[in-house]
Amino acid sequence: MENEKLKEIVIAYMPVAEVIADKQFLNITVNDDQIHNLAKFLKNSPETCFDYLFCESAIDYNDHFMMVYHLDSTKYRHQIVIKTKITNRETPIVDSVCDIWIGAEYHEREIFDLFGIHFNNHPDLRKIFLDNDWVGFPLRKDYTDFVNIVER
Amino acid sequence: MKEEDFKDNETLELFKKEGGNVLLSTVDAMINWGRSNSIWPLTFATSCCGIEMMAAGASRHDFARFGIEVYRASPRQADVIVIAGTITNKMAPVLKRLYDQMADPKYVIAMGACAVSGGPFFYNSYHVIKGADHVIPVDVYIPGCPPRPEALLYGVMQLQRKIKLETIGKQNDIASDF
Repeated sequence: MENEKLKEIVIAYMPVAEVIADKQFLNITVNDDQIHNLAKFLKNSPETCFDYLFCESAIDYNDHFMMVYHLDSTKYRHQIVIKTKITNRETPIVDSVCDIWIGAEYHEREIFDLFGIHFNNHPDLRKIFLDNDWVGFPLRKDYTDFVNIVER
Repeated sequence: MKEEDFKDNETLELFKKEGGNVLLSTVDAMINWGRSNSIWPLTFATSCCGIEMMAAGASRHDFARFGIEVYRASPRQADVIVIAGTITNKMAPVLKRLYDQMADPKYVIAMGACAVSGGPFFYNSYHVIKGADHVIPVDVYIPGCPPRPEALLYGVMQLQRKIKLETIGKQNDIASDF
């Protein structure tokens, strides 16, 4: 399905969504309380059928975090990107999409480990890479480590 | 490789010539001949250097020619551990444990930039050990990213040369510092 058609479907379902089309992907930005709702719709709607979450990631923009979900449909072979902004840096929290795509579980554990973003309703939110007694979140922009990292 | 071929680095042999023991030297020569010509490595690789190490063991380069006969899957049966790849903070206890499980005499080769000094990409980061010699004592360093199999063969021959200088009279106890 073409990006134009996808855009119409998304706008029809969620009129508040901010839609930007770049060269490859259609980028949908929604509020963090709507992301789970939109993800569920995109997975279950027979027209879109986004049954495959091929990348889930987080970005640190210094004043806020951005969650990015790359979706793919193995049936129609179209892709879409949905994003949500997390403004609370102290206790960042967002709804888990594990109940929609089971593969999100390890991605979210990694984001929890390296960015410190918590996920509501995640079945097993533990550290995945770092030691259990690790302090700090290495992929945050304000992370400092005077022992191991030389600032230049 | 003959002794006189190592023109660039003669210090090891000179050291030996100055301080040899006449009574033990024949026994030493036999033991060292045996040890240096059957140093079996441990099947242990943590990143891309492991691919070069496998290439060194495969038919084109075939390091069994030099007595590094076969990879052992158990540290109990291995004589040398080739640290082929990045050692992260989380991997360091595993490496230490593998080294401790190896039977004496045991040797360590640090293969590639990551094992020598933390690597060209990861050295300035929160999760990488800056050189495997922070964890276990290293006998031979092989630079490169990754080193070609020929470089590994050269490093192994340097190790053999080092083993040939050992004596049963005075044990090398670098490991006790760790």
